[in-house]
Amino acid sequence: MRRVLPEALLAAVLTAVLAVPIFGLRIHVDGIDVSLDRTPTPVIVAVVVVFLLRLFQEPLRAGWARARLSITWQHPLADALRRTRRQPGYRALPWTLLLIAAVVWPFTASRGAVDIMTLALIYVMLGLGLNIVVGFAGLLVLGYAAFYAVGAYAYALLAQHFGLSFWLSLPIAGALAALTGFLLGLPVLRLRGDYLAIVTLGFGEITRLLLNNLNVLTGGPDGIGNIPRPTLFGLEFGRRASEGGATFHEFFGIDYSGEHAVIFLYLLGLALVVSILFVIDRLQRMPLGRAWEALREDEIACRSLGLNPTVIKLSALTLSAVFAGLAGAFFAARQGYINPESFTFIESAMVLAIVVLGGMGSQFGIMLAAIAITALPELAREFNEYRMLAFGLVMVLMMIWRPQGLVPAVRPRLELPERSEPAP
Amino acid sequence: MSRSLGKTAAAEPTPSPLLEVRGLSMRFGGLLAVDTVNFDVRRDQIFAIIGPNGAGKTTVFNCVGGFYRPTTGSVTLDGQPIHHLSSHRIARLGLVRTFQNVRLFKTMTVVENLLISQHTQLETRLLHGLFKTPNYRRAEAEALERAVFWLDKVGLLPVANREAGNLAYGQQRRLEIARCMITHPKLLMLDEPAAGLNPQETRDLDRLINDLRAEHGVAVLLIEHDMSLVMGISDEILVMEYGRPIATGTPDEIRSDPRVIKAYLGEE
Repeated sequence: MRRVLPEALLAAVLTAVLAVPIFGLRIHVDGIDVSLDRTPTPVIVAVVVVFLLRLFQEPLRAGWARARLSITWQHPLADALRRTRRQPGYRALPWTLLLIAAVVWPFTASRGAVDIMTLALIYVMLGLGLNIVVGFAGLLVLGYAAFYAVGAYAYALLAQHFGLSFWLSLPIAGALAALTGFLLGLPVLRLRGDYLAIVTLGFGEITRLLLNNLNVLTGGPDGIGNIPRPTLFGLEFGRRASEGGATFHEFFGIDYSGEHAVIFLYLLGLALVVSILFVIDRLQRMPLGRAWEALREDEIACRSLGLNPTVIKLSALTLSAVFAGLAGAFFAARQGYINPESFTFIESAMVLAIVVLGGMGSQFGIMLAAIAITALPELAREFNEYRMLAFGLVMVLMMIWRPQGLVPAVRPRLELPERSEPAP
Repeated sequence: MSRSLGKTAAAEPTPSPLLEVRGLSMRFGGLLAVDTVNFDVRRDQIFAIIGPNGAGKTTVFNCVGGFYRPTTGSVTLDGQPIHHLSSHRIARLGLVRTFQNVRLFKTMTVVENLLISQHTQLETRLLHGLFKTPNYRRAEAEALERAVFWLDKVGLLPVANREAGNLAYGQQRRLEIARCMITHPKLLMLDEPAAGLNPQETRDLDRLINDLRAEHGVAVLLIEHDMSLVMGISDEILVMEYGRPIATGTPDEIRSDPRVIKAYLGEE
């Protein structure tokens, strides 16, 4: 205790120093008068919390460790869990249940909640996509929003100029994003680590600035509006059908309800996420996926075995861009309106935060993180102001206590079947 | 390149050597790490490079394997000049190596390590893997079979499903050799394969290397400090000191060479 006390005091003082300008002062505008209000309460709370946590850190940790031990070793429930874990169908079962729940959920939830979850699904797609480069291949890409933007603008422009439907545009948006990723990767993937991060950061900003200033094509800051919503085999979800179209409620002879469109979008997003999950799961077990991980582990060893690092990195970036493109097209279809403001650096940072928080390489963790990061601020609006602050805090704490993420990645290890016959 | 080819053909009527190194020099700034090294490795030969620490042995390896671009000189593998190629292309031509500090894919299983090294021979096309075509399944199954064969060979079959990073040091060394051999190399380069091994493991390694040459027709180029291993196994030895080659010959010649004795034991 004697040793911890000064440390706890120091931590508290540091917190006070940091918290006063952030929490403790509030600019108060009254007509033309601007004054600084002092709001000491949050600062005091923060200082006390930090002080107490630091002071009792070790007993807390020990208690937590003991609790964990008792769960893993003594509890009969844990034994049962461990036994089911060895069953071959174990992997599929929870996923199936989760999927069923996800499909049924929108019919019971409020319209607003479904809408927010649709947004969360977009971030799930982005997180899963970015995870390929960051989590599997170990390349830090900071301009992921650029590929997202390419997908969104691809659909918006194709619909505006050529009247292409969402379903036709979706693969084209993916392909265009892939092309962008490929062209960017060609010169850039020779760089390592930080340099790659800086160049991709620049690329993200360049893309946004292009969209902002290329008025003729992109409409500049005004963006593109009236992007058609996706249809279900040609059935529209509006109140009235467009020329020559048919609407969903008329076709099925049910009353019009605005909820249909919302639920349809949600299910569409869910379908996209499920297919992306499937593809990534396969990728991970393929030679290509293995090569990504091997490259992350040791590039020199890879080269010494004849693997071409540039090609492998390029494939990771290209595939990752495809998923961003798909997410972008879906985003454009959901919003009905896009402008460059949706594709700023903050967006790239958000997706990266999702990947890091969820656990690099961990699909399930990323889904959880994506939902948490998008849904929580929406549910608690007052909290929204402190979103970035909370973000930063959570990131720092995670890096200290749980750098492997919320749900650490478990590699699908390839193993030899038990007692296989030795080769002749 | 045609010049060096023509010269060898004229000089010796016997089949041209597998690896020819001519006038190889490597300069790092003001340091001449390797100074005009020449040597040949014949097919089926076990060729050793020895020398005190810092003599430039590993630099020679890195130049031959394409990890460094030599400042001057040429390296020819099977009649094809390779000194301008990047390391992964050289590896595909059949020249693979192990590393002084073992470089395994530590968080992957032992089997997976052997599958990655077969990457260039596998069905890696995207759609085949996504839809698990018969071609793809067959290629994967064959790769697994080859992996089992080599694991058995180096005695790692019982630990096939362990993480490579959790193996004992001697096992890691053997896995690294298996990972090279599974690519069907023409020339295997071993960088201090006996470092950190106990005497028993060193004897096993000796047997393994001889076995690889006899059964799989691979030539071996090795750097080693363990004199008992080098003298027993090598057909030819190159001694280096301060980046310069000071002697080449059979183990017996090297043992009695005054320059070598001077380099290793110092002058009276």
